[in-house]
Amino acid sequence: MERILFYVIAIIAIVFALASVISRKMLRSVIYLLFVLCSIAGVYFMMDYNFLAAIQLTVYAGGIVVLIIFSVLLVHHIELELEIAKFPKQLATGLLCLAGLGVFLYTIYMHDFQVIGNQTTTSTHDIGSKLLSYEEGGFILPFEVISILLLAVMVGAIILAKGTLTSNSETKQP
Amino acid sequence: MIPGVSIYEIFTVTTLLFFIGVYGFITRKNLISILISIELILNSSVVNFVAINKYLYPDMLEGVVFAIFIIAVAAAETALAVSIIISLYRQISAVEVKDIETMKY
Repeated sequence: MERILFYVIAIIAIVFALASVISRKMLRSVIYLLFVLCSIAGVYFMMDYNFLAAIQLTVYAGGIVVLIIFSVLLVHHIELELEIAKFPKQLATGLLCLAGLGVFLYTIYMHDFQVIGNQTTTSTHDIGSKLLSYEEGGFILPFEVISILLLAVMVGAIILAKGTLTSNSETKQP
Repeated sequence: MIPGVSIYEIFTVTTLLFFIGVYGFITRKNLISILISIELILNSSVVNFVAINKYLYPDMLEGVVFAIFIIAVAAAETALAVSIIISLYRQISAVEVKDIETMKY
C-alpha cells in the first residue's frame, strides 16, 4: 500500500518537475512547482516527519510560491510566451544531465547503505528541544544565526524593492 | 522508514529531481524560471537529508534540523531574489538573463 502510494507521489513529482522546467508559460510553470512541493510534503508525511511536512507546506507552498507568483504578475504579461534555448543547446544540456544522472545513480546503487529498520517516531517536542538546547549537540547557535539572517534579509528585501523609487526622485548620480 | 520502499528508490527520485533542476537552470533564459529551478534543486537535497536521517540514523535528529535550516535559507534567498528582480525590472524593464549586464559595476 505505502509502496504504491510512494510510486504515485514520485511519478507526480517528477512529471510536474519536468513540466515546470519545460512549460513556456510562466504562471503555469510556477503552479507546476507548487504540485512538486506538495508531493514532496507527501513524502515527508510518509516518512513520519509531520512537523517537516507542515513546514514544507507553509513555507514553500504557502510562502515561496506565492512570492514567485507575485513577482511573475508584477513583471510579466500573463500571455507572454517565454524565450527558450535553441535546440542544440537543449540537446547538449539534456545529454549532460543524463550523463550526470547515470554517474550519480551508479554511485548510489554501488554503495551499500546500512539501513536500520526500526520505527521510531520523532515528535515536534524532540525537534524543538534539540533546536533550543545549548548542551553538546544542541543547535541554539545556528538557530539564532538563522533568525538574524532572516531579519537581515527582510530589511534588505524591503530596501531593495523600494529603494529605486527614492533614488530616482533624487538627483541622478552615477 | 516507509514500509516496502528502499532508500535507493528515494535517492533515485531525488537524483531525477536534482538533474531536472540543473537542466532548467541551464536552458532557461528568464530570471524567475532560474529561481524555480533553484527551488527544485534545493528541495531534492532536503529530501536527501531527511531520507538519510530516517533510514540510516533513526535515533538522531540532525538531518531534520538541517532540513529546517535549508528551508529557512531557501526562503531568505527567494525573498532577496524576488526583490532584486523587481528592482531590476523597474530600471531596465526586462528580466531576461542577456539584458542584465547593468548589474555589473
